[in-house]
Amino acid sequence: MSLLQRLYAPQAQEPGKGRLASAVLLSVLAAIAVLVPLLNLTVPADSAFHVPTYLVSLLGKYLCFAMLALSIDLIWGFCGILSLGHGAFFALGGYAMGMYMMRQIGDRGVYGNAELPDFMVFLNWKELPWYWYGFDFFPFAVVMALFVPGLLAFVFGWLTFRSRVSGVYLSIITQAMTYALMLAFFRNDMGFGGNNGLTDFKDLLGFDLQSDNTRAVLLAATCVALAGCYLMCRSIVASKLGRLITAIRDDEARVRFLGYRVENFKLFVFVLSAMIAGLAGALYVPQVGIINPGEFAPANSIEAVIWVAIGGRGTLYGAIAGGVLVNYAKTVLTGVIPEIWLFALGGMFIAVTLFFPKGLVGSLPAAVDWVKRRIGKRNPPASSSLAEEPGQ
Amino acid sequence: MNVTGRASYSESQLYVDGVTVSFDGFKALNNLSFVVEPGEMRAIIGPNGAGKTTMMDVITGKTKPDEGRVIFKGDIDLGKRDEAAVVALGIGRKFQRPSVFENHSVFDNLELAIKSDRSTFACLFDRLDADRKSKIESTLERIGLAGERDQMAGKLSHGQKQWLEIGMLLVQDPELLFLDEPVAGMTDAETEATVELLRDLRGERSIVVVEHDMAFVHALGVKVTVLHEGSVLAEGSMDQVQNDPHVIEVYLGR
Repeated sequence: MSLLQRLYAPQAQEPGKGRLASAVLLSVLAAIAVLVPLLNLTVPADSAFHVPTYLVSLLGKYLCFAMLALSIDLIWGFCGILSLGHGAFFALGGYAMGMYMMRQIGDRGVYGNAELPDFMVFLNWKELPWYWYGFDFFPFAVVMALFVPGLLAFVFGWLTFRSRVSGVYLSIITQAMTYALMLAFFRNDMGFGGNNGLTDFKDLLGFDLQSDNTRAVLLAATCVALAGCYLMCRSIVASKLGRLITAIRDDEARVRFLGYRVENFKLFVFVLSAMIAGLAGALYVPQVGIINPGEFAPANSIEAVIWVAIGGRGTLYGAIAGGVLVNYAKTVLTGVIPEIWLFALGGMFIAVTLFFPKGLVGSLPAAVDWVKRRIGKRNPPASSSLAEEPGQ
Repeated sequence: MNVTGRASYSESQLYVDGVTVSFDGFKALNNLSFVVEPGEMRAIIGPNGAGKTTMMDVITGKTKPDEGRVIFKGDIDLGKRDEAAVVALGIGRKFQRPSVFENHSVFDNLELAIKSDRSTFACLFDRLDADRKSKIESTLERIGLAGERDQMAGKLSHGQKQWLEIGMLLVQDPELLFLDEPVAGMTDAETEATVELLRDLRGERSIVVVEHDMAFVHALGVKVTVLHEGSVLAEGSMDQVQNDPHVIEVYLGR
């Protein structure tokens, strides 16, 4: 099988191993949500147990990426739809939140215009474009962070799935989608800040974005959102609909001839996945302080797929692990030798796809078995020598 | 064979009426006509390229006919319906290559197939009720896979996969069943068991078996339709068609 074929070959993970992994994942998320803010806020800065603020935001960023990975795993690992454009949904969610925070700046901008964000004043615009209406209202922005990616996914999915576009062709169209959006958002007259995007945010719901407290709460909120999305995805893949989408992944024609409208099922998970990605983007932007068209770059979406491949697709928790671990590796490597990061990422991707198609978590049981056997060879189990004794 | 001698097909299970399908000028089906009666079991044979698969594609909504009509139960035109709609009307199809969901258990395969609300949200909140569960269990007995209930379908033998797929059709409770080469690749013992299974199903619903295996068709002992170059070459009992000079020339005599 070629590398490309392997990307589209289903990777069924052994069922029943998810319970322990879920428990571990949820405990870790709970621990992060409670301990990290605690160690950041209450432990004095000179203590060895103090967690610096930059680490709080870094962790929050990783978890947002993990949520994006989760959304990709839901459609790729379980339904066989390889989207190479999921970064677009993430970025749209981010823009929705960014628009809210731009409106929160009010007259504290450089130009002191209470009505218009700085970049609009700079462009000599006189009034707020209609599509910015409502974004000064937080609940509206949150709804839009889910609704806009969902709507785009719905229109895109409705057109492609109904025409039975799948496999490589679908992947290429998703790339084109995110690329087109990137070009559009680069334009100043789109009204989203062009090249610079949206930045210089001051506060969220009245809380100062630079304060340690706000950052700690954002991290905790990200943990809760990720745990919630994980549990929702878990219950979906455990339902009859979940068994059906894996059946679609494995043999689409058979599902069709069982009388199901395959396109509707694909559309459902695709839209849901886009909304999770949008939520991840909305949580990401306040923690990194900027959103610009670079987030739509096709390479970003591909990178997110690589996290899932490395973590282990078709497990949900594997995608989350992949999102965090690969981004941690990126932080470390780009700090030490920035030039080799892309080569390292590409190398890991190829190695995992060729040799460990089930990813890190999928290969873990086999690795544990292997180690056990090695240890077993060295010191034969005590019980067997006991059993032989009476006969001797 | 002559199918135009009858006044009405309103009583028929399936009436294929002058269907023609061309692919780039090649006529895969050429004015094909035949009738299947309610409760009848029919065998359709024919050499490779005779149009057997295209015929099933047209009936099950995958391919649209260029000319002609396919009428189900006397008054339902299948020509304009897609696969899902055709299944909803009560027509099931087993593929030539056994297609079961290999990463699902035998039980789950049947659960996905059993007659139920096919809409997306119904599936999201579906809970298997006692009726459907007992129907699945009894079907497992019937297809001889009760012992493999919780095994992954991918681990089954080739013959067992074929039976599972037949089981998946049975739990859909179709009125008309298409079986494409149900004994292909089976051992003799498995073929025999399949003949028993199909005989057992006889009369319960209309069944059309498309086969290459002459011994199997003989063992079924049903009316046979011979296809050749997209139309019906002969129709009758196995003995009749075997002695038909046209059939001997294009098919059996080779």
